[in-house]
Amino acid sequence: MKKGSDQGKHKYGMVIDLDKCTGCGTCMIACASENNVSVRPDQSDKERAITWMCLYKITNGKEFPHTEVSYFPRPCMHCDNNPPCVSVCVATATKLDFNTGIVSQIYTRCIGCRYCQAACPYGSRYFNWWHAYFPKGKGLERYLTPEVSPRMRGVVEKCTFCHQRLMRAKNQAYAEGRRELEEGEYVTACAEACPAQAITFGDLNNHEHQVSKLSKHPYAFRLLERLGTQPKVYYMSSRDWVRRQAENLLPGEYKPVINKTWMEEEWSTRPGRDEF
Amino acid sequence: MDSPLLPEGVKRCSPAKFLFWTLPWFLLLAWGGLSAFLCLYKGLNQTNMSNIFAFALWIVFDLAIIALGAGAFFTGFLVYIVGKKELKNILNAAVIIGFICYSAAIVMLGIDIGQPLRGWFIFWHANIHSMLVEVSFCITAYLMVLGIEFIPNILENRKLAEIREFRLFGHSLHHIMGVFAATGVFLSFFHQGSLGGMFGVMYARPFAAREGFYIWPWTFFLFIYSSIAAGPCFTILCTKLTELITRKKLVPNNAVQTLAKISGWLLASYMVLKIIDTLGWIYGVVPRAGLTFMDFFREGPYGVWMMVAEIIVFGVLPAIMLLSPKARESEGLLIIACLLNCTGIVFNRFLFIVVTLAIPVMPFDRFWSYLPTWQEWGIAMAVVGYGFLLFSAAYRYLPVFPKERELNPVTE
Repeated sequence: MKKGSDQGKHKYGMVIDLDKCTGCGTCMIACASENNVSVRPDQSDKERAITWMCLYKITNGKEFPHTEVSYFPRPCMHCDNNPPCVSVCVATATKLDFNTGIVSQIYTRCIGCRYCQAACPYGSRYFNWWHAYFPKGKGLERYLTPEVSPRMRGVVEKCTFCHQRLMRAKNQAYAEGRRELEEGEYVTACAEACPAQAITFGDLNNHEHQVSKLSKHPYAFRLLERLGTQPKVYYMSSRDWVRRQAENLLPGEYKPVINKTWMEEEWSTRPGRDEF
Repeated sequence: MDSPLLPEGVKRCSPAKFLFWTLPWFLLLAWGGLSAFLCLYKGLNQTNMSNIFAFALWIVFDLAIIALGAGAFFTGFLVYIVGKKELKNILNAAVIIGFICYSAAIVMLGIDIGQPLRGWFIFWHANIHSMLVEVSFCITAYLMVLGIEFIPNILENRKLAEIREFRLFGHSLHHIMGVFAATGVFLSFFHQGSLGGMFGVMYARPFAAREGFYIWPWTFFLFIYSSIAAGPCFTILCTKLTELITRKKLVPNNAVQTLAKISGWLLASYMVLKIIDTLGWIYGVVPRAGLTFMDFFREGPYGVWMMVAEIIVFGVLPAIMLLSPKARESEGLLIIACLLNCTGIVFNRFLFIVVTLAIPVMPFDRFWSYLPTWQEWGIAMAVVGYGFLLFSAAYRYLPVFPKERELNPVTE
């Protein structure tokens, strides 16, 4: 599987700069809107609500005035190495596309056994406990994306890196007689909507793309990297305590990149961070 | 009223008494029927399962009854392949229990999947890399084998046996039963193993993940081992319960003793392997995932006590009891040992299913709780009702225990 993945021409991924993320939640809204994610009359049922892009709040656990807060936007990681959800799927309803690196889900083939949910450590997969629901009379139905099928009750759904946007961009490129996409032609809804521009999306295999450069930044890290899933979603933070929370660590295992925290030093003015 | 259907030369209660006995089990079935209707019609939102607890009570029940039903294939193996002829006296009961367990498990799985009408996709679009595919294939095939193994016993019913063709067919089946027993062993080996493999291969869930041999994580082998260690004990428990309720001796002691002794040896060796596996996991898989053993038990009600209880109280203790001839021969202690053994396997399956999912893997994630709804309990309890009903009906109308007549001569 790994070999095939390496042979793929494109490997779409994203880098989320946690130092820029304000936790506003626009990415979640943009994602739900773009992908026709069903809502519930009571969205506070977090165990059963569907949030392809989920925002976690983390703190450094210190008392005021040393408290620091950060947000962890978590889409599907689109694992590159034997995605835990793919090999377990009974009906071959999910697969890793070697040409794009996207882990897709075929809703009409999913039988709803939820084994993929059990296998995914990121909680990126969501089951449709109810029929798709878009409140009538509130205008929500007018915002449905015609390119994305709503999901039926009883199947699992997940972030697709806005696959329909890739299709659209490809169609546009073909219409213009191009074989390749330019950087920025295909971006996910969350990346486009983020007001702080914390999310950078592109082809990790293309060294010209910003996302490829950022993913090699010393501050870049991935979620639960040691499990070997090789996520294609990278995070960035200059703060040690944030990086530390991305991984389960035994005492003494963490190697700090920089020991300064946001509170102690104005990181954004530090030379090297953005010039890297 | 139904006397022409009853086996010859044995005593059975009156039809009215039998009907009265079946009432609670019918009630459980009705509860389950209503729950199943709601879950199929309104969807799985009727349960308390969630995106965190994607597998819950039903899967625990499924895996537990499949393990406990392993007495069927293993007793068949001992009778037809090893040649333990004395176990023939308990084989029919074991097969019926196995049939009940497997058919109930398949029905439960049918309700548990979000799109039951697409259940056949497992076979049509099978992903050969998925352990669950192997489980589905083998369970379905094995249920057919169990059906075939059950048929000769059904055809021994007094009324059915009057039909010459049925009688001949039943007898012919008896002759080739060794082939089906061997097929059952083969199929059971793979589905019991794959059920364990299902959890061992979840490499991104450190609580369940295991290393292994080639494509099989150690849980593959441990699940087979634990099922053949506990399955015979469940068969013993069921026959003891039948003896208690009917107030009759139904199975000669030597059959029970042989089965208990084999179960004891298997449980003891399983416990050795389980302890080695647990140590290997604690000092290998867990630290590699950046965790310590106690990290798993930071939140929630599932403490380390569950693992200790599984291994010591429900594992080592019944193994010692079953291996000691004195304890084995005492009926009370034998029943306690069997109960402990069966509880142990339920604990084991619970840990691999519910506790695995309850433990958040991401460091900043939190623990969520889960309690089943009455609809979930309804379907689980319907399995109990169905089991009692089918076993009671089989006992009443079929010669399930070949030595019953000999052990309980009817004095008119």
